[in-house]
Amino acid sequence: MSQSSSTLPRWIDIGLIPLLNVVMALVVSGIIILLIGENPIEAVKIMMYGALGYEEGIGYTLYYTTNFVFTGLAVAVAFHAGLFNIGGEGQAYIGGLGAGLFILMADSSLPAILILPLGIITAGLFGAAWAAIPAYLQAYRGSHIVITTIMFNFIASALMVYLMVNVLIKPGQMSPESRPFLDNAHLPFAHEVFAWMGIEITRSPLNVSIIWAVICCVGLWLFIWRTRWGYAIRSVGFNEKAAVYAGITPAKTIMLAMFVSGALAGFVGVNEIMGVHHKLLLNFTAGYGFTGIAVSLMGRNHPFGIVLASLLFGLLYQGGAELAFEVPTITRELVVVIQGLVILFSGALAYMSTPWVEWVYRKCTHKQPALQGG
Amino acid sequence: MEDGYLFILLTLDATLRVSTPLIFCAMAGLFSERSGIIDISLEGKMLSGAFVAASVAAVTGSAWLAMLAAVGVAAGLAALHGFACITHKGNQVVSGVAINILASGLTVVLGIAWFHQGGQTPGLPSSARFMPIEFPFAEPVSVIPMLGPFYKELLSGHNLLVYLAFMVVPLTWWVVFRTRFGLRLRAVGENPTAVDTAGISVTWLRYRAVLICGLLTGLAGTYLAIGQNAGFVRDMTAGQGYIALAALIFGKWRPFSALGACLIFGLLDAIAIRLQGVHVAGIGEVPVQLIQALPYILTVVLLAGFIGKAVAPKAIGMPYLKER
Repeated sequence: MSQSSSTLPRWIDIGLIPLLNVVMALVVSGIIILLIGENPIEAVKIMMYGALGYEEGIGYTLYYTTNFVFTGLAVAVAFHAGLFNIGGEGQAYIGGLGAGLFILMADSSLPAILILPLGIITAGLFGAAWAAIPAYLQAYRGSHIVITTIMFNFIASALMVYLMVNVLIKPGQMSPESRPFLDNAHLPFAHEVFAWMGIEITRSPLNVSIIWAVICCVGLWLFIWRTRWGYAIRSVGFNEKAAVYAGITPAKTIMLAMFVSGALAGFVGVNEIMGVHHKLLLNFTAGYGFTGIAVSLMGRNHPFGIVLASLLFGLLYQGGAELAFEVPTITRELVVVIQGLVILFSGALAYMSTPWVEWVYRKCTHKQPALQGG
Repeated sequence: MEDGYLFILLTLDATLRVSTPLIFCAMAGLFSERSGIIDISLEGKMLSGAFVAASVAAVTGSAWLAMLAAVGVAAGLAALHGFACITHKGNQVVSGVAINILASGLTVVLGIAWFHQGGQTPGLPSSARFMPIEFPFAEPVSVIPMLGPFYKELLSGHNLLVYLAFMVVPLTWWVVFRTRFGLRLRAVGENPTAVDTAGISVTWLRYRAVLICGLLTGLAGTYLAIGQNAGFVRDMTAGQGYIALAALIFGKWRPFSALGACLIFGLLDAIAIRLQGVHVAGIGEVPVQLIQALPYILTVVLLAGFIGKAVAPKAIGMPYLKER
């Protein structure tokens, strides 16, 4: 999926240019804040304080980061196979549904030690299954996966509304929510874990899902760059015809990549349903699936880059909430704008700055030999 | 009998109203995709158009100025899409996603900053909107059985943009299949190299296609904000841009087939609204969500090749690299 220019050294190609792109996105965001009539520097200060200035803020930032790591990795693994998975939102939704259904069935009979890992696995399997249908249609029937995954987002949303309103709603209640899970199906919050170790920190939605997110990052890195399956995925993404000559079946590889992608997206359900809400409800995905696209593009589809990009977006989400609270003319949707700009500059216009950077680089490198020679 | 007929007429009447933005957007997408540029940003452009139309109408009180502004902004976003996809050869899907997300955020941010009403624009008076046009003699004619109500309820009483949408379809057909521009447009979506060899600029052709696309999505937004409704509400497009995209694929990238798909999807929507909470003997309560999800499900089934085959323009999604 990614083309790299051969004339520039690696550090410029994977370090400087992505950084430039993000800076451009942030500069345009700053201009928008100016247009609204607020001070961008002041806005950044408020955001930084809101996201990192106190324990609860840090907790929220890391809680958002967890979601973005999952959805960012999901988009990235599909990208490596040359596929664009826009369906992270739907896969996350169905993943949460899977975890919720399993827990509603099993929380009165199984102990925490069984129900928590099984819940995580169910979330992954449901997300993977939701991605497997578009994957199958792409691999074996040639349907464009971008369109089918968009359609599956809407189908997932309709399915959830139907299930929540008609089937899973707790009897005698108006809002479409299931009954709360029993305590044994709660993933421990970070403040609970720290309390066991005798350290007191402020309550926040941050829970142990973040550890699972880190494991997924390392696991995906190993999977993509250190296994034959990852090699197959990268080969198909790079050149499908060559992959066929190397004995790789593209159809199977597409299925595998999307299965992993869907499972990763489904883990958002682990963080949200098992970690925070402890019941099934509507709209818990809140656009995290789409943010995954920005995260993956910004992180250049590499787990390490994705962690950095997720942290930035976690910071923006939490800081944006603080900003909306402090400055009445600014709303949380400002973060959505920044997200759109990041996708635009880091994705669609990713190579806009390359000719300029190349020009500057050549100017600099041409001078040095001249100086040495003279 | 009489009641049943009127029920059908009113449902069809509602169908026309909900289909209108779909038709504009499907035709918009047709121009773009026939030229080889995937456009999943119909949604975002329509939403921006709606927001700008409502804002300008609220400030100036002129529906025509509002339409002009909406079309201008939507075309501006289309030009941005073109800049990314044609000039910089960026990924067309990524660019489309960026525009959609940008639009959904920016309309709310600017709406709150300008009007302080939680993302809505102020309610508009009739003078600042496109109001229903009553056809002549609608009242006296309505006493004629069958035809009278048909004339009064279904044909008469829509706003200008509804009629415009239905005129855009044959116009699109004529432009795409009967003009030189249309021939080149289709050629550039199938085989840009051939067009380039003939000495025609691929870039300029595609830019024109994308700009026409922007113009039409602007009209769709105008209709939503100041035709069908009296103001802008956040996320008021609610996925209709994607339904239009589905309709375009369902119609196999052909104007009249796409119109048919838009009308079918509109009818499903109209029926879903009417059946909300209705108990049907034998079935029980109708799952409205299923009817609402049908356009998406049908499109997936079509794409899977189970009912006919939807073949996209050959060069779609691929940036054109001129050899040097």
